[in-house]
Amino acid sequence: MEALFSMTTGVLAACGLFLALRGRTFPVVVGLTLLSYAVNLFLFSMGGLDTGGAVVLGDKGGPHADPLPQALVLTAIVIGFAMTAFSVILAMRARGDLGSDHVNGNRVDEPREERS
Amino acid sequence: MNHLIVLPILIPLFAGLGLLLKREGPALPRRLIALAATVALLVCGVLLMRESAGGTIQYYALGDWQPPFGIILVLDRLSALMVTLTALLALGSLCYASAGTDEEGSNFHGLFQLQLMGINGAFLTGDLFNLFVFFEVLLIASYSLLMHGGGKARIHSGFHYVALNLAGSALFLIGLGVLYGTIGTLNMADMAARAPGLDSGRLVLAEAGAMLLLVVFGLKSAILPLYFWLPRAYAAAPAPVAALFAILTKVGIYAILRVFTLIFGPQAGSLANLAQPWVWWLALATLALGGVGVLSSRDLRTQVAYLIIISVGTLLAGIGMNSIDAHGALLYYMVHTTLITGGLFLLVDSIARQRGKAGARIVRGRSVQQVALLGTLFFIAALTVAGVPPFSGAVGKALLLQAATPGQQVWLWPILLSSSLAAIVALSRSGSTVFWRASGNERSEARDNNGDTPGIGALRALGLLLLIGASPLLVAFAGPLSAYTEAAADQLADHEAYIQAILERHRTEGDS
Repeated sequence: MEALFSMTTGVLAACGLFLALRGRTFPVVVGLTLLSYAVNLFLFSMGGLDTGGAVVLGDKGGPHADPLPQALVLTAIVIGFAMTAFSVILAMRARGDLGSDHVNGNRVDEPREERS
Repeated sequence: MNHLIVLPILIPLFAGLGLLLKREGPALPRRLIALAATVALLVCGVLLMRESAGGTIQYYALGDWQPPFGIILVLDRLSALMVTLTALLALGSLCYASAGTDEEGSNFHGLFQLQLMGINGAFLTGDLFNLFVFFEVLLIASYSLLMHGGGKARIHSGFHYVALNLAGSALFLIGLGVLYGTIGTLNMADMAARAPGLDSGRLVLAEAGAMLLLVVFGLKSAILPLYFWLPRAYAAAPAPVAALFAILTKVGIYAILRVFTLIFGPQAGSLANLAQPWVWWLALATLALGGVGVLSSRDLRTQVAYLIIISVGTLLAGIGMNSIDAHGALLYYMVHTTLITGGLFLLVDSIARQRGKAGARIVRGRSVQQVALLGTLFFIAALTVAGVPPFSGAVGKALLLQAATPGQQVWLWPILLSSSLAAIVALSRSGSTVFWRASGNERSEARDNNGDTPGIGALRALGLLLLIGASPLLVAFAGPLSAYTEAAADQLADHEAYIQAILERHRTEGDS
């Protein structure tokens, strides 16, 4: 389970990073979203991975699941969601105002575009 | 429990929510609410400083969940000082914004208050994850404020700023995850108590987590390899927002200071003083490049942004020196530099408004209308920020230079002094271009064309005087203030007292 989990996280993070370094705003936004998924998964596992742990409620005995990562990851998801929504709107606004969806605001017909 | 501690978060929260509800209609009620809230915040900050001056560390357990399980707010001398500084800076830039900048877009005042809430929360919190949450609060407000009023330059630099900070937030969470996985808690006092006892297998991971946090805080505070976003973003932001942003870099510096003196401080065994050597060399490089940047700027706004980089380098060098004296000196310097760079952003905006087409560019152009007032203020501000006596920059820099040990002096003195020299040269060049090389003919023509152009107005002048006038006051009251900052540095160095103050009640209850 650990191997699968860490590979998933790693692949997500690598894809996110690759896309975030692209030159157009849409891949950048998608990349940052993927990166935040990877981070959320990572955060979820930070208390250690185990299955079948009981909820921290009542007095059932046996191993409990660590409730803190769950609470933290919930917060991180909410914040990440808001930030993604914001960056999508911002990317659309930038497309409208700058007339280009390039992160440096270059037009397609400008020679600088080819260099960057 | 002392409810005063939570007020610096609640006042801007409720003021901000109220302001978001009342978005339409005349601007006056919004301005009054915002000003009243900020004045209340300032009063609150001063009360907190008085409260903390005695030297006791108090905490406020939110929801009465006891530490280390619940989220707590911690009041010590350092956090009280930072809250007061924020309120003072905010008051100055709010006065300035109320003269008209706030109506260039919507929701200025609401976002401004939420930004203050995030900043105050970051200064007061005693929990590392809560620090992340308040970082996000202040960031999302700053994204919107940066683009207040719209325009190509702002949207352009805004996207870079947002993307960079989103990546920074991801790193912050990874760092937090690693630290929780290894140390097993996110309460700062509890982390500080547990860090020395880590077994060797976890040490490497904890170190990696701590260094990730350093990267994140370095991004916020604009240290050398991570500062390239700052000049463009700050130069594009509306002046009152840029003035308030002067405190944002200090949030990063505060976080470095807090985390790497408390949790990974000298008591932390193998993790002790993890960041300081890195911070020291990077700070010196930041200082040097800031000096080059100031000399090479062709626009007053960019120039002030590079002055911020210099101040960041100076402050981080203070952290890198890692002694109580250096921390005391850097806190004094922090008060001075935050207010004066904030004031400079406002001043540059006033100058740009009166120069017509030339704006803030450092070129020959039309003369400003209020040469005497703006010229004098620019003169004072330039001398202050460059660190020339008799203004507060000189006091702060002298304290820092004095605090260096002989080994550190070899590096710090030449670099800090030559960056000051660069600032003097650059500012005197731009000042003489703007004020003296202006053509008189155009000036009279400009007067004929728009003879009714008003001066900077009472509100703007008030905001300017509040921030730039703080410099002579900082010199006049240098004694009490530096005594306070030294006491704050003493308190910062005393980890045991911090840990005791927060965990003792819980420990005694557990024993009984």
